[in-house]
Amino acid sequence: MTTEEVQRKFTKLNEILDKHEHKPSNLVAILQDVQAEYRYLPEEVMSYIATDLQIPASTVFGVATFYAQFSLRPKGKTIIRVCNGTACHVRGSQNVRYAIMQKLGLKEGQDTTDDMQFTVETVSCLGACGLAPVVMIGDEVYGQTTPETMQVIMDQLLAKGRKSDDQDHQ
Amino acid sequence: MITVDGVQVKLDGEKNLLEVISKAGINLPTFCYLSELSVYGACRMCMVDADGHLVPACSTPPVDGMNIKTNTDRIRKIRRTIIELLLANHDRECTSCERNGSCKLQAIAYQLGIDKVRFPQATMESPVDASSPSIVRNPNKCILCGDCVRMCREVQGMGVLDFQFRGSKAAVGPAFCKPLAEVDCTNCGQCVQVCPTGALSVKNDVPEVWAVLSEPDTFPVIQVAPAVRVALGEAFGLGKGKEVTGKIAAALRRLGFKRVFDTVFSADLTAVEETHELLGRLKDGGPFPLFTSCCPAWVKMLEMHYREYLGNLSSCMSPQQMLGSLIKNCLCEDVSREGKKVVVVSAMPCTAKKFEIRRAQFEESKPVDLVLTTSELARMIKEAGIDFEALEEAEFDEPFGTITGGGLLFGATGGVAEAVLRTAAVMLADEDAMKKIVFDEVRGLEGIREAEVTLAGNKLKVCIVNGLGNARKLLEQIKRGEKHYHVVEVMACPGGCAGGGGQPISQDPCVKKARISKIIGIDSAMKLRLPPENPAVKETYRRWLGEPGSQRAHECLHTWYGPRKRIAGESIAITGDETAKLSKGLKPVDVEVCVGTGCYLKGSYDVLKKLMENVNSNPDLVGRVNLKATFCLEHCDQGVSARINGKIVVGITPENVLEVLGKALKEA
Ligand code: SF4
Ligand code: SF4
Repeated sequence: MTTEEVQRKFTKLNEILDKHEHKPSNLVAILQDVQAEYRYLPEEVMSYIATDLQIPASTVFGVATFYAQFSLRPKGKTIIRVCNGTACHVRGSQNVRYAIMQKLGLKEGQDTTDDMQFTVETVSCLGACGLAPVVMIGDEVYGQTTPETMQVIMDQLLAKGRKSDDQDHQ
Repeated sequence: MITVDGVQVKLDGEKNLLEVISKAGINLPTFCYLSELSVYGACRMCMVDADGHLVPACSTPPVDGMNIKTNTDRIRKIRRTIIELLLANHDRECTSCERNGSCKLQAIAYQLGIDKVRFPQATMESPVDASSPSIVRNPNKCILCGDCVRMCREVQGMGVLDFQFRGSKAAVGPAFCKPLAEVDCTNCGQCVQVCPTGALSVKNDVPEVWAVLSEPDTFPVIQVAPAVRVALGEAFGLGKGKEVTGKIAAALRRLGFKRVFDTVFSADLTAVEETHELLGRLKDGGPFPLFTSCCPAWVKMLEMHYREYLGNLSSCMSPQQMLGSLIKNCLCEDVSREGKKVVVVSAMPCTAKKFEIRRAQFEESKPVDLVLTTSELARMIKEAGIDFEALEEAEFDEPFGTITGGGLLFGATGGVAEAVLRTAAVMLADEDAMKKIVFDEVRGLEGIREAEVTLAGNKLKVCIVNGLGNARKLLEQIKRGEKHYHVVEVMACPGGCAGGGGQPISQDPCVKKARISKIIGIDSAMKLRLPPENPAVKETYRRWLGEPGSQRAHECLHTWYGPRKRIAGESIAITGDETAKLSKGLKPVDVEVCVGTGCYLKGSYDVLKKLMENVNSNPDLVGRVNLKATFCLEHCDQGVSARINGKIVVGITPENVLEVLGKALKEA
């Protein structure tokens, strides 16, 4: 990360604490905002929050590990959620997931790509069982996926990613 | 009126059904209900039938006319299922468990006649945390009752342990799954006292002590703390609050200790040194309050959370360390030991004492080598097969075996304050107070007590605190300027050392009170009750130390304190990894600004902001200055501090920080 990015994050962290008036009762909201900024909850940042709110670090850690929305490990820029609720599971969501993992070069047990671009998560139910198996890429929902359609979608996504990277470099 | 299993019970302001039911003579099994903690209602063991509905008795308020059934088929079935589920998730290596015999899970399983567990055994693979010198955590034995969480948070005000993760992964432990030694645990051991199982236990030092005893080239010496003598008997079924001083001395000799000394003697000595310090402060006008320093859990809490008051702590070592120091410094050089190495062991009601002997201050001098808790001592006596009850009483050894009632009081809350007041009465020659001896105004069991005492015309405002949560409450009041005292006695454990974390574990809520009354009872029956009049203390000053507060006394009996980091961890990076941009020949400068509580409250964020702005506006510095926010450099008492290229710089402000940085850049 560049100095600019890192500093922006740290300044933002302090702004978030200001915004929530340094109140322990706002802990969940603070963690949500911080995660949006850092894309996960680094341990040292949680210690910093505990210090600022004057509450035990164990309390911050307890809350951060209770809610599934918080992550203790860095996540990729784009999050791909593969539904594995009953309907999706029955209709072969596992194979869809393998196809995605393969395209991204992820090994079993690894959920984030080395370049920190993608994280693949399995979720219990996205509430769109009629469209099973369902995959969400960022905020976009893809229904009735198959390993084959997913391969095409992933290829497009990766190509787009490369293009925007090229633009960044120009 | 409420009906409990057909028996009529009168309501008398009971908070919950559990209390009413126990009035009817029925003891319901519970794991997560402890009268001194908040009601959690998680273990579900106390389910009862209230007018046909199943409710947890601990968290249901009694209503007039209720009809309660505690022993129906359905309820028995529920209880058994809960226990079986707990057992299936529990590491059931009972025979080799620290709590074998004192485990609540074991006892309740037996009480309910569990003869098989219908569920498959879960795998037990969480690592055991033995990092702390005082406490061992075995997560495989945890039943998630949360008793320790609430004890540490509600009574001790620390919040070291908490629930983490959820569902099948749910656990109880310190922040970030760190080992206990790397977080702000005070080692008070109160969590061990409430844990129903072997998930939290006292670090076992018995094997080390056996090793010392069987080593031919050592001269093993032991000292016994005041609160041990009124609690050890419990471990041998002698009932609560029984005094077993003479039997302890006899048992320790049988175990092979060459000298058996009394920590009460050094408590007398502490009273004398501390009172001397207090009278000195009265003359110099402060600093007030003088905080007592006998309790290592309290001292550690202050070092971590209230560094601004470190100068208020008495510089006296605790009685344990004083006696160890006297044995090693004075007695050793005095008595020929035929080339044998003197090893000092102590028997304490306390788990934090195991930590105290490892403080950096004692690393070289090592006044005490090993600490046994009351429970560990009981185990050694049992292992040796000694019939404790049948032992003939014996005396402690001189020159550190004569005691006064004042020193004995150190074992209970208010005792240090009273011993200091008795000593002050003597030192100020207040004849009336010396005759009266007793200071009733400092006695009691309340968490925070205040008293005003006049001695020879000197008005002394005294405060007594027990329980670390209460200590915090008081510190906040002192900080806000609402309270002013001359002396504040703090003991981390509720009830003082009598309720220490190393005492035999008991389900009887009256046990602490019984121990305390016994201590007070022994004192009142003693002839010698004023610490300065202890002939052994006088002799110690004559032979080795000179006067109270002398230079020799300071070398031998006093110590120092320093700010202490609360939690181990990484720094927050504030500049990126751009060393590539570094211009040739210039060395990078690491600047770590402390954002631990002390510095943070003093404005370290403003210092950081100033630094960030400066680095940003100066392209030469990008990549050259590695800026980080770090947690506690242990110099909190001296303003915002930073570590610049490994060197600590203190007293940094937004105004002088650029100058400090400039200097560092030049030096690099
Ligand atoms: S020893 Fe005391 S401070 Fe440490 S976790 Fe247990 S109760 Fe908390
Ligand atoms: S460690 Fe002991 S007291 Fe704490 S939750 Fe587990 S079983 Fe309960």
